[in-house]
Amino acid sequence: MTREAATVLEIRNVSKSFEAVQAVRDVSLSIRENEFFALLGPSGCGKTTLLRMLAGFEKPSRGEILLDGKDISPIPPNRRPLNLMFQSYALFSHMTVRGNISYGLEMENLPKGEIQARVNDILETTRLTEAANRRPAQLSGGQRQRVALARALIKRPRVLLLDEPLAALDKKLRESMQLELKRLQNEVGVTFVVVTHDQEEALVMADRMAVLKDGVLMQVGSPHQVYEHPNNKFVAQFIGVMNFFDGETVDGGVKVKDEVLLGAVPPELGRGQAAAIAVRPERLEIANGAMPADHNRLSGQVVEIAYHGLDVTLSVRTPISEQAILVRVSANASDRFKFAAGQNLDIVWSATHSRIMAS
Amino acid sequence: MQTSRLQTAVLIGPGLGWLALLMVVPCGLVFVLSFFERGVYGGIDYVFNFGNFARAIDPLYLNIFFKSARIAGLAALIALLIAYPAAYAISRAPRRHQTPLLFLAILPFWSNYLIRTYAWIVLLNREGFLNQGFELLGYQGEPINMLYNDGAVVLGLVYNYVPFVILAIYSSITRLDPEIWEASQDLGATRFRTFYRVILPQTVPGIAAGLVFVFVLSIGNFITPDLLGGGRVQMVGNLIYDQFLTARDWPFGAALSFVLIGIMMVLLFLQAVLANRAQGGGRG
Repeated sequence: MTREAATVLEIRNVSKSFEAVQAVRDVSLSIRENEFFALLGPSGCGKTTLLRMLAGFEKPSRGEILLDGKDISPIPPNRRPLNLMFQSYALFSHMTVRGNISYGLEMENLPKGEIQARVNDILETTRLTEAANRRPAQLSGGQRQRVALARALIKRPRVLLLDEPLAALDKKLRESMQLELKRLQNEVGVTFVVVTHDQEEALVMADRMAVLKDGVLMQVGSPHQVYEHPNNKFVAQFIGVMNFFDGETVDGGVKVKDEVLLGAVPPELGRGQAAAIAVRPERLEIANGAMPADHNRLSGQVVEIAYHGLDVTLSVRTPISEQAILVRVSANASDRFKFAAGQNLDIVWSATHSRIMAS
Repeated sequence: MQTSRLQTAVLIGPGLGWLALLMVVPCGLVFVLSFFERGVYGGIDYVFNFGNFARAIDPLYLNIFFKSARIAGLAALIALLIAYPAAYAISRAPRRHQTPLLFLAILPFWSNYLIRTYAWIVLLNREGFLNQGFELLGYQGEPINMLYNDGAVVLGLVYNYVPFVILAIYSSITRLDPEIWEASQDLGATRFRTFYRVILPQTVPGIAAGLVFVFVLSIGNFITPDLLGGGRVQMVGNLIYDQFLTARDWPFGAALSFVLIGIMMVLLFLQAVLANRAQGGGRG
């Protein structure tokens, strides 16, 4: 996505406190037309509170929420053109699938014929036609999830809010539903805002994502930006796995004990500041003869080998870090080197893969 | 951990034994009794026949059944209308207030049923508190007769059973997924439509349990009609009581009891069916 789409939803300096607890602190975000936006963070980071404020079930203590440029805070949830898919799905157990889905349109007092046509349409899209006359208790977990989705989508919301939409499904189903959700979003052309605690889910599904911690917005960007260029240690650790070396900044890198590790120092960090240099396990390689000048090289000893099938993760102890460094090697490399615990080896990485951040 | 058959038997034994000894055996005795005849000098003639049941559906007694059903039905309906809003309000109150409120609702049970019923006599009789109150407010005519009629019996029954209905409905409301209120609102429903379309239908099991409870306890009740109906309002309970203790016609009393038990069984069955259907019909 190179072209900047119009902003649909704007969150401006929103804070929310519950008695003594500050759930959301001064968050500002813009969500664009037709994007799949993920709110990511550990439990208790305020992401669900933020979503409930968008839906209208909580009022911001401070700040405002604009939908298409208009403040929606005085509008009650039943008149907001936003719909929420609940984590528990909150299906109406006494109604059939069809009854659940048509409910929202009946509340709009639409003509019967139109309701029926739209319900049939969405049943088709969500592949629920066969189950239309069943009750929620008679459905599988995946079907129930699709009913919840259909029930919210049929309202043609400006923005669809999804609270942990895949959390209740088992792992296999969750993976296929991630792609299914993306397909549906493309098909219906509605802006999606998804709350999730699962970083992998956010990386796979989202066009852009926001990472929250303790109610504070840590970083916003595309999955690629957030993964490759984390702003801070929390984001770097929360999303994926990261190796850190703590030291202080020098020209063109970070001095860790007696070793200078090369990497681009961000402009906001001056010289001589406490900083961490970070590198992803998949960017590390095992030294095999000569190496280019802009590479870092560290010698170490293998302490543990974890076999994943797809690849192998080595834990390597180095003299400059207390924690073992994780190195991810391909199955091919693993076959070639025949690693064993206790073995000494050198690990190398290009300075372009170093990330330097305040510690 | 899997419980063994022996463990199950040991655990269930006392309860089952109690039921068998004090419920099934007496019921069986009453059932057998209902097919015999009253002896000339009281006692029982062991001659097998269906005479007692034929007599029980005689219009004279059938009318008492109908009247009892009408009073019990009215009591159940009024109790429901009072209890539902109360239960709803309690379930929507802040969590820390719910237990004290429920405690207040069942507080009357801490005093004796008879005493509570006598208290209504003190309130309702011609020289009672209510009539004195009306006089103080300037009412000049004859004291109003509020006691010893159907209304007083219904009032007594409603008063006694409302707390049960509150509990039944409260438990069925609190069993609902709290997110369905919000889901309904989110889909565009007002509070009223949410209640009417989502909450009310899902609490049908609680409503049915409450109604059946009041009805079953009321139709067999003999203390309240005796005290507040003043002997003028005869209900099945009084009739059975009289057969056993005054007329000394045990076989006929037993037959009447069995007709009553039959009615209750049908109602409990209907309630179970209704509850099952409201749960989404299980699988099928």
